Amino acid sequence: MKYLRNMSTLKYSMEKCAGCGRCVEVCPQGVFVMQGKRAAIADLDLCMECGACAKNCDFNAIAVNVGVGCASAVIRGMLTGGEPTCGCGDTPTGSSCC
Amino acid sequence: MQKLTFIPTTVIKKKPLPAWASGTISTPAGVVLKVRTDLSRADIWGMVKSRASAFRMHYIVPPGLYAVGKPAKESDVFVTANYKMSFDALRRELKGINAWVLVLDTKGINVWCAAGKGTFGTDELVKRITEANLKAVVSHHRIILPQLGGVGVSAGTIQKKTGFRVSFGPVRAKDISAYINSGYKKTTEMSLTKFSVWDRLVLTPMEINPVMKKYPWFAAAVLFIFGLQPSGILFQQAWSGGLPFLVLGLLTVFSGAFLTPVLLPFVPFRSFAIKGWLVGLASIFLAAQFFSLMNMQHKLLLVTSFILFPALSSYIALQFTGATTFTGMSGVKRELKIGIPLYLGALGISLVLIVLFKIREWGVV
Repeated sequence: MKYLRNMSTLKYSMEKCAGCGRCVEVCPQGVFVMQGKRAAIADLDLCMECGACAKNCDFNAIAVNVGVGCASAVIRGMLTGGEPTCGCGDTPTGSSCC
Repeated sequence: MQKLTFIPTTVIKKKPLPAWASGTISTPAGVVLKVRTDLSRADIWGMVKSRASAFRMHYIVPPGLYAVGKPAKESDVFVTANYKMSFDALRRELKGINAWVLVLDTKGINVWCAAGKGTFGTDELVKRITEANLKAVVSHHRIILPQLGGVGVSAGTIQKKTGFRVSFGPVRAKDISAYINSGYKKTTEMSLTKFSVWDRLVLTPMEINPVMKKYPWFAAAVLFIFGLQPSGILFQQAWSGGLPFLVLGLLTVFSGAFLTPVLLPFVPFRSFAIKGWLVGLASIFLAAQFFSLMNMQHKLLLVTSFILFPALSSYIALQFTGATTFTGMSGVKRELKIGIPLYLGALGISLVLIVLFKIREWGVV
């Protein structure tokens, strides 16, 4: 299943890639594939902005605006003016996240 | 009266083992619990309760090092969260395997969400590796993390700070033995999240639950509106007039929190708001056709139903983005930016129509 088109904030600079393959290893959505000695983006619409790739790229080739794709978290963020965060573990009645 | 006598006894109580532990073993880093690989009835009941309620908020195991089978210095180290369901999902897949399990303190949250929050994170892993004296326990430098932990853990930093090289294993614990047998290689299948009908189905109780907590407010408002008469609040009127709305309300919860999640890939459009709206609309339409619930005296109420309930279903369905494996924040923000004004509009129009209905009913105009 794919979510909305052209939404992901992921930016990838192939010229910085050293070909370690960590992004392919951590991405749970199959956004990256190895193309020869470098990683390439297979389908950006699959990206859910979890940030695992950027966190594990030792060469700063990947940047993404990390966030939770969770409506109640985003609404809470809008209401409190803060960044959207999951309510998990904070409020026992909480949202459906996690 | 009989005199009660107390015999003083000194009860020497050893700390009882948790039901999921079968004993202890000594390691260079101290005594650690040996973990069972079979789930007991209590474990399964705990899983059911966690799926359905806030019980899961306190379903934890103590963080630290554990043993599975008869692990030696060469045995693998698997890392997991201290949410009991995550811990159970791992240990049941380690049957017949000798391994170490390192549990991080994620405050009782599963691996993926905890990684997103940073509790299943680089610092916590460094701390646990150090505290468990993992260097003395194993002779190698490999640790295996669940792939979804990658959101919180930087493998490069772990290697720099502890010397251990992180391998991100499969997403699902059930692929662990296949992963080991293939020489620690993942197939594409093992590294992608799936979101099957079953996966979605088990998540629906926690969609329905929070909405149903708000349902009494909706019911009270409906009964008040229909019961309100110039002569006061009439129970008979409240019940006969309000009942179709109460039923449609329940149907809407069912549409948004159950049907839409379960039928997710089969409902057209990628937007959750549109999916929820369509399913809500179809439900109201079918209810109107087959159950003649719309035997409402007034066309105004029929129109109100078609404006209000699909919008509510859409809003409820949008909440399911929090439980999915594939929705990103930018997309959800876009949906809400467009959706919220529409929801408020639908609510406003519905209220106006209800007021019009009441005015006609009372024969004011």
